[in-house]
Amino acid sequence: MFPKGTKRKFSDSGEEAVSSGDQGPASPSVAARTLSSSYSLQRQSLLDMSLIKLQLCHMLVEPNLCRSVLIANTVRQIQEEMTQDGTWQIMTQALAAAQCPTDRLVATEVLCRQTDAAAQAGQSPKPYSVVGVEEGYHSEEVVMEGDVETDVTMSTLSPVSPQLSSASYLAGPFGMGPCWEEEEEDGECEEEEEEDSEECVSEGEEGDGDHLSADSRTGEQVFGTFEIKHPAPPPDPALEELFSDVDPSYYDLDTVLTGMQSAPKMGPYDLLDSLSSHGPTALSSSSSCRSDLNELDHIMEIIVGS
Amino acid sequence: MAGKLLFKGREKDPPHLVSDSHQFVFSADIISTVEFNYSGELLATGDKGGRVVIFQHEQESKNRPHLRGEYNVYSTFQSHEPEFDYLKSLEIEEKINKIRWLPQQNAAHFLLSTNDKTIKLWKISERDKRAEGYNLKDEDGRLRDPFRITSLRVPVLMPMDLMVEASPRRIFANAHTYHINSISVNSDHETYLSADDLRINLWHLEITDRSFNIVDIKPANMEELTEVITAAECHPHQCNVFVYSSSKGTIRLCDMRAAALCDRHSKFFEEPEDPSSRSFFSEIISSISDVKFSHSGRYMMTRDYLSVKVWDLNMENRPVETYQVHEYLRSKLCSLYENDCIFDKFECCWNGSDSAIMTGSYNNFFRMFDRNTRRDITLEASRESSKPRATLKPRKVSTGGKRKKDEISVDSLDFNKKILHTAWHPKDNVIAVAATNNLYIFQDKIN
Repeated sequence: MFPKGTKRKFSDSGEEAVSSGDQGPASPSVAARTLSSSYSLQRQSLLDMSLIKLQLCHMLVEPNLCRSVLIANTVRQIQEEMTQDGTWQIMTQALAAAQCPTDRLVATEVLCRQTDAAAQAGQSPKPYSVVGVEEGYHSEEVVMEGDVETDVTMSTLSPVSPQLSSASYLAGPFGMGPCWEEEEEDGECEEEEEEDSEECVSEGEEGDGDHLSADSRTGEQVFGTFEIKHPAPPPDPALEELFSDVDPSYYDLDTVLTGMQSAPKMGPYDLLDSLSSHGPTALSSSSSCRSDLNELDHIMEIIVGS
Repeated sequence: MAGKLLFKGREKDPPHLVSDSHQFVFSADIISTVEFNYSGELLATGDKGGRVVIFQHEQESKNRPHLRGEYNVYSTFQSHEPEFDYLKSLEIEEKINKIRWLPQQNAAHFLLSTNDKTIKLWKISERDKRAEGYNLKDEDGRLRDPFRITSLRVPVLMPMDLMVEASPRRIFANAHTYHINSISVNSDHETYLSADDLRINLWHLEITDRSFNIVDIKPANMEELTEVITAAECHPHQCNVFVYSSSKGTIRLCDMRAAALCDRHSKFFEEPEDPSSRSFFSEIISSISDVKFSHSGRYMMTRDYLSVKVWDLNMENRPVETYQVHEYLRSKLCSLYENDCIFDKFECCWNGSDSAIMTGSYNNFFRMFDRNTRRDITLEASRESSKPRATLKPRKVSTGGKRKKDEISVDSLDFNKKILHTAWHPKDNVIAVAATNNLYIFQDKIN
């Protein structure tokens, strides 16, 4: 039924538990709902699977937008439920507590790798493997950033503080610069990149006219609104500022693959400067490097957010 | 139904081999669309390698009048080539997503074929005569010395072997940022629409440098995106009406007379969700993969992951008929999510009289539903189970614990063998079924 080597996350009969555990009217007291540990394990597993799917898109061909949207909606649904359960807060707090300074450096290096991709090719470790192994959690976690006014972006929590990681997963699966760029509306079409920060994390406008997103059919689970106040540790305002202008289209896949850097652009370099001044030297943690090209691709996937 | 198996040959290289459950197929050979023309005389297929192969119905032979004629290859041409988008550093696949025929107006045939980004209008014409006896050139084409010409003659048309030529007449490019999933020719025979994930454009067949954007669901902030367009079709008779379906299981019917931009729908079709069957996968399996108007124009049919629904255009709150295609997969949704099968986009089609509908499933199974008798049948399109001219045997998937003889258990279904594309002859009981890289044509025996 499946190609060899595919590991099934959990049994299909368990999936019924997932479905049945999910139904019913919203109970006013979330704590009153008994969650079997197998259900939350399964839900967690589904969340991880979804995140991996979002990240592992085809690198040479544009990813399927419909599939990405559906997976992203599934992730939101799980997050919503976990937030209601209170498990979301527990998880993110545990992750936040587990972070150490080295981890921050690692992620910083990954983010800044664009500056000297050739020199650092293959020297950047997987940012999330650090967490994954030690904590027993799956490598990617998703953090919902929330202000009341702003839109929430899904972002990958690499071993750093949530804010840094949000940049590595800017804009979720849709806002990636390379993939979702606007076209000029004239006959000789030139494609231009989205210059504005519509994909950025902390900025956001309430999109009006998106009349398709308010889906009331799902009852207590509202997918279309992102006004979830996330009870996370307060975001670092300096870092938020730094990432507010970054356009993910700067993380050009082509750059990594060819090992060459194109004409330097504003974002990543400002980022590098700011981070360097902000924290300890960021580029020294090469001790845990690996030069596997697969690692490179993997990291690139996270950064590009595809 | 008697089965006839057609194979499509393979010449292009380099080959990309794809494992098809212990059997390797060239991925460029995978059929990606199947479409009969208006008369049913021609059947077009498009594949992942950008090729279009057209089959023609041969006249019944006098020797065997009890059989309909067969479909044989009529024309083959390369419609789309792979491209590279240098700005995004991404490949544009040459896979043909859809083919739609134009109604025939003269001796030539016209069809629209599209990949993710570019739509092309192809003219397929026959040439069976050749002019001979030119004055200015020899029979082998060399120019004659004008001073040597002492007399004039009128060229004569001589018969020659039939040659079928395909030439691109229009190229409609650069109008879609996202991947085109549908094209549909309007009943006015002058315009057609093309739909991608977020936008629908209206074209005039004669004009390639402009198109009207009639639907745009792209949010100002892409992070808000939760729903995409999955299919669109023009009404068969009312040239101002079209529908489009979404990944949330909704269908919107729009009237182009109402406004230039049809973001506001005229009708909104959605079936309320059954709360008892809600799961994390509810939305994914409600995503509509295909929408087709009936020939009468009174109904439309939608295909989601597990079912086919028939809607009366006058009733928006629920479908009038629902057919379960493979309900036994409902308990397997998590595995199907893991191996991505849950995102497979199955198509559906009506028969000529709108009395039956057909759609594909896994294990090379396809299903047909009779709307009047409510009977359904599962058939298999495979070399092993259907010799040419043999009658197809109905198949059954065992859902309970006890498996009867000849039944197949759910766990032994081959999910790599999926029938996504099927087509029904507009008039006769002839169907075309695409199973990965093979095309099967089945027809009713004439008694």
